[in-house]
Amino acid sequence: MARKPPEPVQIIKERRDGALHAMLAGIPYVRFMGVQFDRRGDELTAVLPFDEKLIGNPWIPAIHGGVTASFLEITAIITLSWVSMWEDIESGSIDVQQIRDGNLPRLPRTIDFTVDYLRSGLPRDAYARAKVSRAGRRYASVHVEGWQDNRDRLFAQAMGHFLMPSREVKSSA
Amino acid sequence: MVDKTAVAQQFIEAVPYAHALGLTVDDIRGGVAIMSLPWSEHIVGDPEKGTVHGGALSAAMDTCCGAAVMSHPASPALTATIDLRIDYMRAATTGQTIVTTATCYHVGRNVAFVRAVATDDDLENPVAMATGAFTVER
Repeated sequence: MARKPPEPVQIIKERRDGALHAMLAGIPYVRFMGVQFDRRGDELTAVLPFDEKLIGNPWIPAIHGGVTASFLEITAIITLSWVSMWEDIESGSIDVQQIRDGNLPRLPRTIDFTVDYLRSGLPRDAYARAKVSRAGRRYASVHVEGWQDNRDRLFAQAMGHFLMPSREVKSSA
Repeated sequence: MVDKTAVAQQFIEAVPYAHALGLTVDDIRGGVAIMSLPWSEHIVGDPEKGTVHGGALSAAMDTCCGAAVMSHPASPALTATIDLRIDYMRAATTGQTIVTTATCYHVGRNVAFVRAVATDDDLENPVAMATGAFTVER
């Protein structure tokens, strides 16, 4: 039985990165905060480059608690979306050009989000990774870890529940 | 305590991220803080509907809760968030200002407890609610 030859690596990468970047570019608040994502296969690491405007306490100085909350929530939503889109990206049934044209996949909606502040956020870059503990058809539970210099010294972690967008294709009406 | 209100007001206005969000202080006194987050394009999370991102609302609520703690008569002027939980009941209506009212209802020796509610123009149906624990720096 002849198997289909594997797709060239460049094509696969282009489709994966295209879908990810198109999704990020469409969210104004993600651009405002300057959050970026590193991708290795299906693993995402969110990166928040330090910026003066992200300061909450200018005397210490420390990153604003709300910045930390926003960063972790963005990481959770994007990772959750990414996980649920993955199969469609791989099969090619997601049209990257459509996303670029503004036809964004509908994002999960936050039901609740709890941030555990472990130490103050230093004025330098921060990183975060989310783990989808359970992705049901309607509800999902996500855990997020945020760190700065040392992967094992978290500065914050968070837990959230999300309402998944319905999988039906949006009607054009 | 007039001084404490003035200090808190000054404190919030000197916070770069509060400034970046466009957050304004409406009132801070006696453990209650009220702040407004005007709608703007850069805090949008859903570009299709133009609704505000949950993270921006978290930032507003965190700031407001911290200010409520600082303004409490039994608490010293500094605090940090230990944990904050936010429940999102519905998306805020596009274009409307979100007003957060935070109440610090208990200040212990080491921990202060706060709850907050955020509303848009429809005051009967809150957009989000928060509960948090904050440090009491002595």
